Amino acid sequence: MHYTYDGSFDGLLTALRQIWQRRVEALSIRPTDGAQAGLFAETIYVVTDEITARAVWANLLRWLPEKARERLYYVFLAEQPDSELLIYRYIQKTLAQKGADISEQWADDTVRRVYDLSRWLGREKHRMEAFVRFEQTTTGLYHATIDPEVNVLPLIAGHFTRRYADQQWLIYDKRRHYGLRYDGRRTLLVRPVTGRKPRKNDQNDLLPDVLAADLAEREPTFQHLWQTYYRSVTIAARRSPERHRRHLPKRYWKYLTEKTPTDLLPPRVANGANEKLPTPGSKLRGRRERPKT
Amino acid sequence: MDADRIQEKLAILADSAKYDVSCSSSGGKRKNANGGLGNSEGNGICHSFTEDGRCVSLLKILLTNYCIFDCQYCVTRRSNDIRRVAFTVAEVVELTMSFYRRNYIEGLFLSSGIFKDADTTMERLVRVARELRTTHKFNGYIHLKTIPGASKELIAEAGRWADRLSVNIELPSEMSLQALAPEKNYHDIEVPMELIRDQARAAKEEAKVLRSAPRFAPAGQSTQLIVGASPETDQQVLTLSDHLYRDFGLKRVYYSGYVPIRAEGPLADVVAPPVLREHRLYQSDWLMRYYGFDAQEITTAAAPNLPLDIDPKLAWGLRNRDLFPVDVNAADYELLLRVPGVGVKSAQRIVAARRTVRLTLDHLKKLGVVLRRARFFLVADGPVPFADRLLGELDSVALKRRLLMLDTGARRAVKQGQLSLFA
Repeated sequence: MHYTYDGSFDGLLTALRQIWQRRVEALSIRPTDGAQAGLFAETIYVVTDEITARAVWANLLRWLPEKARERLYYVFLAEQPDSELLIYRYIQKTLAQKGADISEQWADDTVRRVYDLSRWLGREKHRMEAFVRFEQTTTGLYHATIDPEVNVLPLIAGHFTRRYADQQWLIYDKRRHYGLRYDGRRTLLVRPVTGRKPRKNDQNDLLPDVLAADLAEREPTFQHLWQTYYRSVTIAARRSPERHRRHLPKRYWKYLTEKTPTDLLPPRVANGANEKLPTPGSKLRGRRERPKT
Repeated sequence: MDADRIQEKLAILADSAKYDVSCSSSGGKRKNANGGLGNSEGNGICHSFTEDGRCVSLLKILLTNYCIFDCQYCVTRRSNDIRRVAFTVAEVVELTMSFYRRNYIEGLFLSSGIFKDADTTMERLVRVARELRTTHKFNGYIHLKTIPGASKELIAEAGRWADRLSVNIELPSEMSLQALAPEKNYHDIEVPMELIRDQARAAKEEAKVLRSAPRFAPAGQSTQLIVGASPETDQQVLTLSDHLYRDFGLKRVYYSGYVPIRAEGPLADVVAPPVLREHRLYQSDWLMRYYGFDAQEITTAAAPNLPLDIDPKLAWGLRNRDLFPVDVNAADYELLLRVPGVGVKSAQRIVAARRTVRLTLDHLKKLGVVLRRARFFLVADGPVPFADRLLGELDSVALKRRLLMLDTGARRAVKQGQLSLFA
């Protein structure tokens, strides 16, 4: 039997419930847009049901330790072609062993792939926590845009909420077109309203990219200071491009203020004589448009 | 804030602070409970990496590079003709807060040249930390350098605001310290170390009774010593580290390969930092802290320096062939840890995995064991490749040669000439 669902985690949990109820092995579980519809004789489209999903999620703890359940969620966020089947198989294996904790059966391929994927997600989570760079806008909002390979926003929400509790911030995933916004009390998931032009100084608008004109007066100063700092701490006698790239893979450089060529940073206004910043035709800032290196 | 002035000061004072290698921001236990800014729970984050591949986690700066001391290995030594500048307390506070808010850093590592006397300097450092913690409700990581000779009261207050305190031991023997830094001595360095140790212990005792008792530098204390600027052997260095870990309860000892900073004077003949030696020392340090090795096992009287071409654990394994091969399906965890090519993680996995299956070489590979080295030191279920069986019979010298052929890392190092330079 083949299954398709709407691509949400709740959808997957609903699908799992249906599979177990039918007692027929699932051959594939894919989001609707990813499945090759029509190829399979029997494809069942699962309609997401939040209440079922919540029950399945809670019930999983009867069989799995919390840690293993979390790992399965990571596997889902990894957005791999086999993510859903891995989750399904992992649970099946656990059930087959009457609920034994299989997470340390390293000789098993499913167990190891689940572990490896969740580790990968953990690493991306950690890297995003490290490499996000906020820019302060005229409204006081600290803004960052990311373009991650996996869906990390749900994983980093807690960290940023705990850490930046006294400032408003927004992290926008431009690949998946949604963001996290902290308003001083709570962190909410936000999506851009389509068909409406964002207005300047509108706190509720999502700005996928910040224009130079939207930056707070002293923002360029701090970006240049940070770059100065970054350059000053390198020990020339120990320079090692290989080690540098191993720790800081090039694909992350686009986020990093310190790796942006100085002339692409927003121009620094000398000595506090802060006129309105020049707005080069209200274009996106150069940094965002820089061709990938 | 005069941006251009700050730029200049930052460039100078970050440049002078970069020789302090610690960038750790882990071990803090500060929650953001007061609705302020930041936290430092558990593992630190490396927010960036320098072009020499070192982690950038903290804003690491000197408060000032004015210094009354004349240590030969130091850029800010009194006799060095460089531009001298100083940050104000407010400037350091603002830089820290602004960088932290942009997610550039985990916190502040503040050190300083000694600009009048120990207490004046220390008081200024403490003031920065106090302002951050109280006025600005900053809960990020703070590492303060402790100035030898500072009063007990100041050190006590430093430990109240900071997550970590450190006093640098500077050189691996008192004799070298006397030669290169005549104004310093081991006694003056060990006094604050003891103070920190005792206050931390007292605070811990207090916390047992009274949960709200103030903590003292919860991420512990660390130190740093320079290698390659003085003639000590690795055995001496490791013995000293062992002493520091045992007797002062240090969290970390950092080894800083001396970076040549001058073309004249007593250190003029050092041409490049001993990067590989430093790496081997860190590996040995890990063996002492995580692998249950004793300082005396890692080097021998006959060979008091660590080999540069192979890692210290492999060297130990080659010296102790009689303990091998180890049966991965039966050996104790402690013994597994000693197998070259088996790390803490793989050893733990072996112990866990063998509860359900008998492990083969194939399993071990998937668990993350570095079979390239490990297969000569262990046995598992299943067939043993014929070539390995022959190689297993080799004596240590031949086996080492064989392993070196396989070891790309060391081979590359030989090619680059690092080995011959620092051997």
